[in-house]
Amino acid sequence: MTRDCQSMAAGPHHKHHRPDKGDFMIEAKGLTKRYGDTLAVNDLSFQVRPGTVTGFLGPNGAGKSTTMRMILGLDKPTRGTATVKGKHYHELKQPLRTVGALLEARWVHPNRSARSHLTWLAKANGIPKRRVDEVLDIVGLTSVANKRAGGYSLGMSQRLGIAGALLGDPEILMFDEPVNGLDPEGILWMRKFMHRLADEGRTVFVSSHLLSEMSLTANELVVIGKGELVAQRSTADFVARATEQAVRVRSPQLALLKDVIAGEGGTVRDEDDGIVVSGMDSESVGELAAKHSIVLHELSPQLGSLEQAFMSLTGDAVEYATQ
Amino acid sequence: MTLLAVERIKLFTTRSPWWCAAVALAIVIGFAALITGTAPSDFPVTVRTSQFGYSFGLAVIMVLAALSITTEYRFGTIKSTFLAVPNRPAVLLAKTGVVALVALVIGELAAFGALGVSTLLAPSSADIALNSAADWRQVAGVGVVYALTAAMGVAVGAMVRHSAGAISLLLIYGMVVESLVPLIPRVGEDIHKWLSFNVAEKFLSGGAAGGVADGPPLSTSTLSPGWALAYFAGVAAVLLAVAIVITRRRDA
Repeated sequence: MTRDCQSMAAGPHHKHHRPDKGDFMIEAKGLTKRYGDTLAVNDLSFQVRPGTVTGFLGPNGAGKSTTMRMILGLDKPTRGTATVKGKHYHELKQPLRTVGALLEARWVHPNRSARSHLTWLAKANGIPKRRVDEVLDIVGLTSVANKRAGGYSLGMSQRLGIAGALLGDPEILMFDEPVNGLDPEGILWMRKFMHRLADEGRTVFVSSHLLSEMSLTANELVVIGKGELVAQRSTADFVARATEQAVRVRSPQLALLKDVIAGEGGTVRDEDDGIVVSGMDSESVGELAAKHSIVLHELSPQLGSLEQAFMSLTGDAVEYATQ
Repeated sequence: MTLLAVERIKLFTTRSPWWCAAVALAIVIGFAALITGTAPSDFPVTVRTSQFGYSFGLAVIMVLAALSITTEYRFGTIKSTFLAVPNRPAVLLAKTGVVALVALVIGELAAFGALGVSTLLAPSSADIALNSAADWRQVAGVGVVYALTAAMGVAVGAMVRHSAGAISLLLIYGMVVESLVPLIPRVGEDIHKWLSFNVAEKFLSGGAAGGVADGPPLSTSTLSPGWALAYFAGVAAVLLAVAIVITRRRDA
């Protein structure tokens, strides 16, 4: 079975999905969902711009899936609205042609074949039957298309779900934790696949609890914790800010150095036999030391990991954090 | 029309409807053969006794109808369905239409099959020709009752969402509760007159002559057969309406 992504275009009639930059593909305004006493999503507002891969990032239980279900009209918001291309999901005619979604791979009857599953979906949205074979080919399920879906592995179910999402050749795609539970090969396939979708000019909204994964696939991030918005900005910006540089310094003249750095606006904390400076890069610290003739024994930039950064940002927003 | 085609594809690309159809036909026709073959000469087979297996087939129809919707919840396909067609009332109505149509076909095949088997096996002296409107209703009406029962099954399935729960509810009500109600002192008999499957029985066998020995007990409903059918259809419609309202409001 080929694992390469072939073209996802629907043939010669394929249109280029490059709408005006001004319109938002997905927009949440004050979205709120309450289950009994639990506030799963709280006053959440964000926008997904066309042609971007927007990562929807948050720890498990942050309300990502609930938000996606509300965007897709499956769950009713307690307050607020979620719109797709300015419309509520239920106002879309033949919605699979606008939005393709994969929220859970196992939403298939186990006794139904992949082909039958896609056939009824296609029928429901006036999609020609040959498109079923096309998407089966795209995800590499052609050889098992007539076997019952109950016998598929998780990876295969995931591909069937993606085939369903691509069926209507939609300009917007939504995936909820698409790499969860996949083997490394599957994860790689999925990453390539997202890039492919983005290259075709589609808008992709994909959730994950892994910042490292998102930094590889997304160019925009919507970060939530405990159902509330933490940040919305470009991935590069988010990573840069989140992994803000610190410099580790050792010196026999630590006391003097601390004073000098404080005078230049850097912040200092003691660590082991040295100090860690933040708010200044290593060049500035080195030059500052030279100017004041301070001897340095160590001057090393410290890069925080993405996961640490993510933790520090969503730290107080993590619901089930270990104490 | 599109939605009907969608629901037809969904129904017939799983196994349970085929099994249910086969079981329903086998039970209804099998009972006719059994009854005809073992009928004593002083109680010859009639049109009515040929339909003895009707209520067992009815139980199978309930299972088929409830499963058509509860399996969608069980396997999460209801979400795929609502993503493809966000108009939930339309989805439920289309599903009901398709399942009811299938039940109608099963009912007619079963009823006329049962009559045919009885005709083949019965001595020529037996009176099992369809020579009155009541006789026709007794046989052809089975499919109609099955279709309306299927609508109730879909409605209950949509409300309960769990296969086991919906099926138990339908079977316990249809097979046990209705026949126990008359045991309630004073009011039991009066309530029983208005219970749905008792009324449906009135539609089927309303005008038929004969006593208890002539088949299953006759209906105690006071409605005419025509009104009995209307009442039974009304119950199905109300259940379906409630199911639609609940399904619209609920998170999928």
